[in-house]
Amino acid sequence: MERRDFIKISGAGALALGAAAAGCAPKKTASASAEEGPEQMVYRENEANGDKVSLLGFGCMRWPMIDVDGQRVIDQEAVNEMVDYAIEHGINYFDTSPAYLMGQSEKAAGIALSRHPRNKYYIATKLSNFNNATPEASIQMYRDSFEQLKTDYFDYYLLHAIGSGGVAAFEQRYVQNGMMDFLIKEKEAGRIRNLGFSFHGAPGEFDELIGLHDSGKYHWDFVQIEMNFVDWNHADGRRNANASYLYEELDKRGIPIVIMEPLLGGRLANVPEAIAAQMKEREPDKSVASWAFRFCGTQPRVLCTLSGRTNMDPLLDNVKTFTHFKPLTEEELDFLERMATQMMEYPTVNCTDCKYCMPCPWGIDIPGIFKHYNTSVTEGRYPQSQEQKDYRKLKKAYLVSYDRAIPTLRQAEHCIHCGECLSHCPQSIQIPRELQRINRYIEKLKQDTL
Amino acid sequence: MHRKIRIALAVIFWLGITLLLLDFTGALHGWLGWMAKVQFLPAVMALNVAVIVSLILLTLVFGRVYCSVICPLGVFQDGVAHLNVARKRKNKNRKPYSYSPEMKWLRYGVWALFVIALVVGVQALVALLAPYSAWGRIVQNLFQPVYLWVNNLFAAIAERANSYTFYTKEVWLRSLPTFIVAAVTLVVVIILAWRNGRTYCNTICPVGTTLSFFSRFAMFRPMIDANVCKGCKQCEHNCKASCIDVENRKIDYSRCVDCFNCIDTCKFGALKYRFAWGKKEIPGQARNEGKGQARNEGKGQARNEGKGQARNDKEAAQQGDAGRRAFITGAALAVGTAALKAQEKKVDGGFAVVLDKEVPVRDIPVTPPGSKSVKDFYRRCTACQLCVAECPNNVLRPSTDLKHFMQPEMSYERGYCRPECTRCSELCPTGAIRKITKEEKTQYHVGTARVNAELCVVEKGVECGNCARHCPAGAIMLVKDNETGYRRPVVNEEKCIGCGACENLCPARPISAITVNGRHNHIEE
Repeated sequence: MERRDFIKISGAGALALGAAAAGCAPKKTASASAEEGPEQMVYRENEANGDKVSLLGFGCMRWPMIDVDGQRVIDQEAVNEMVDYAIEHGINYFDTSPAYLMGQSEKAAGIALSRHPRNKYYIATKLSNFNNATPEASIQMYRDSFEQLKTDYFDYYLLHAIGSGGVAAFEQRYVQNGMMDFLIKEKEAGRIRNLGFSFHGAPGEFDELIGLHDSGKYHWDFVQIEMNFVDWNHADGRRNANASYLYEELDKRGIPIVIMEPLLGGRLANVPEAIAAQMKEREPDKSVASWAFRFCGTQPRVLCTLSGRTNMDPLLDNVKTFTHFKPLTEEELDFLERMATQMMEYPTVNCTDCKYCMPCPWGIDIPGIFKHYNTSVTEGRYPQSQEQKDYRKLKKAYLVSYDRAIPTLRQAEHCIHCGECLSHCPQSIQIPRELQRINRYIEKLKQDTL
Repeated sequence: MHRKIRIALAVIFWLGITLLLLDFTGALHGWLGWMAKVQFLPAVMALNVAVIVSLILLTLVFGRVYCSVICPLGVFQDGVAHLNVARKRKNKNRKPYSYSPEMKWLRYGVWALFVIALVVGVQALVALLAPYSAWGRIVQNLFQPVYLWVNNLFAAIAERANSYTFYTKEVWLRSLPTFIVAAVTLVVVIILAWRNGRTYCNTICPVGTTLSFFSRFAMFRPMIDANVCKGCKQCEHNCKASCIDVENRKIDYSRCVDCFNCIDTCKFGALKYRFAWGKKEIPGQARNEGKGQARNEGKGQARNEGKGQARNDKEAAQQGDAGRRAFITGAALAVGTAALKAQEKKVDGGFAVVLDKEVPVRDIPVTPPGSKSVKDFYRRCTACQLCVAECPNNVLRPSTDLKHFMQPEMSYERGYCRPECTRCSELCPTGAIRKITKEEKTQYHVGTARVNAELCVVEKGVECGNCARHCPAGAIMLVKDNETGYRRPVVNEEKCIGCGACENLCPARPISAITVNGRHNHIEE
């Protein structure tokens, strides 16, 4: 069974369908074609119930953390500030989960959001019953979310990360324990306004889940999928479905789509030099990340694009992208497809830093190791051969930065391949194998056998 | 002029050796490594005939300049003494030093003891007395941590600036007993130098005594021209070695370390560093000889000797005590068995606690690749701590075992002996660790891994195999356990080189399920 899904890094963009709009706050809908257009958040309407959802949503999985008495805790003050700014600029969709940020996310979101009128925003949270799917524990988790979020209804409620494991896992976590029946009753009672699921998995698994909708067994009010210009056509296909396929299937059925991982955990904001250069050549004044958001926002069935941030600055940039929203042209979509193809040539690990694999029972800092490796690769800071110019310098930089990023005891060589992480990774990364690959690379560096 | 040259050279040597002992990056030993290799005792242990002969010749020609220039402990004492003298000079009536006769009994007694210890192999005593070992111990234990902290401060700044020039190096106490001995050594040396200049060098130091056998006959020596000397005793009062007997116009060349302070002090130019062979007596000197000697025998000698001896006995006792105390403190060897408990995952993020590893029991100590055998290693090693200070993998530390007290041994709690590293072998000035290449290193079998099945995580139903995956010698295989069906590690003793990768990377904590035990002989020759 897998884990959850979602969000991450940044925000999203809007679209062609027209940025239609209006919603909780804004009135004018900009056909926002120009920078000089009105500063207006783009909204999408949920046709089923008329919700006007901001095309840029706020993900609560990546938040600033600080050390208090040796514990990592959410920096509530910074979160409040970001949430205030978001609401002020028209963002009205907030997505969290009882599992995020070591279980601290919902509470912090509740504190920040409850300072605003409840009708100003939509709350999305999830049933993250990976560890214990008994009816008691699942219902407890559901009830706790109300308390944490200080609300008496959820606008959007998700079955968290279903997919790999297929229908069997879905049955185990939601059907056999009676949770589906329970949630449907809750929906009838008005405590859940929209019921959906977040998906990470292969196309066949998706077909099975959507089959339940087609057969009328369950009705999915919305589905949350991972989508970005790389996963559109370049997901691995065996373990993870291409976003283009998922999108089409949902679009066909008119099911609203919420986007997670628009930036692949930040990797589409920090792309290899060569790719960044081409983006900048076209749009010198726009951030690299803005391309990824515009890609998501350009697809009309998208209701909301989630973005989570660890500080204020990306939020400012995301908001800018969506308040001066410009859908991508056909030609630009082709360009992004070419960029995606180029990106696939880099030996990076497809990790989005969602931390679902953590804590590793053996203490390994899995996302930290991948992040360090990916950053080194995309920034061209990793040595590839002894013949290379500056090999010594690059080697030292790589090894020193590795030790700085990851304490020795949490480095890749300590991975014992127990496989505990495998079922948790929404990207289906073969974590132990990738850690070993990285460690072999490091060994070659250390032993000068590269 | 002589004095200035001496000081300049001394500063160069002292800084060089001290930096060599402080350095942890391996950047300096190519430049400065020779400074350790020309130290007297290490050269003797290494049977480095060229260095030994050169040093003896140096002494035969110029006197004990070794003690004033090459020996870092000697130079350090000069520095300490200088501070005190500078302070005393403010008061014109104070006389920093005055002549005292040689303390033969103590001096040759210690020397004899030292030689016996060397022959019999009581290396702890050798290390305790030898000047270079003492300095190495002081620098590694007391100064290097400060050096590392400053480095780490730079590293923190460099990190902010995205620079890789400095990197953080873990600061840890390798052995409490050795640390205490180092601290006591430093205090004793400072007190002796502060009060009486070169007392250590002329009563305790076995190298000083050895060189004194030759310096008596040195070709060049500072000499008093009795015809010019006015007997003002300025030189005597400035002699750190207390070896100038102005009354008799004599200098004890066995103790003179050729610092040349006397030459610069003499207002009348009565002292000159000059060719001395065949000029035994300077005209006029005989005049005083009979008289002075008689007087000396009568009073000064007896008194001084008694006092000095008592003092030195006390110091010796002090050192011995510290050692004993230290052993006791360090003896505690924690043996734990708890293995890391896999933490149940409920929410995302965070880190599982990783327990520190503890030192396992090793029946035979593990000594570095490059050492022929454990016995050979411990016979030659003078415990200068140079390899301990440099080991980039935190493997080497001073032993707490009485038999090898303060001499290094290997252990793998913080790292393992990496295949590409041969740094200690390049550094070792005594030949205890012979210089080897990366390729030669694989020929040294310094230990053998053994598995404690009870601690292995496989027994708890976890697939692991990390030891096998990381063994650079390919000595570990995984075999299926018929009872449990899990794949357990087994060691091919023939292939195992004892590097400790398996032990260090074993997930069982605090005691690894696979540990390395030493081997008596490391290489077939």
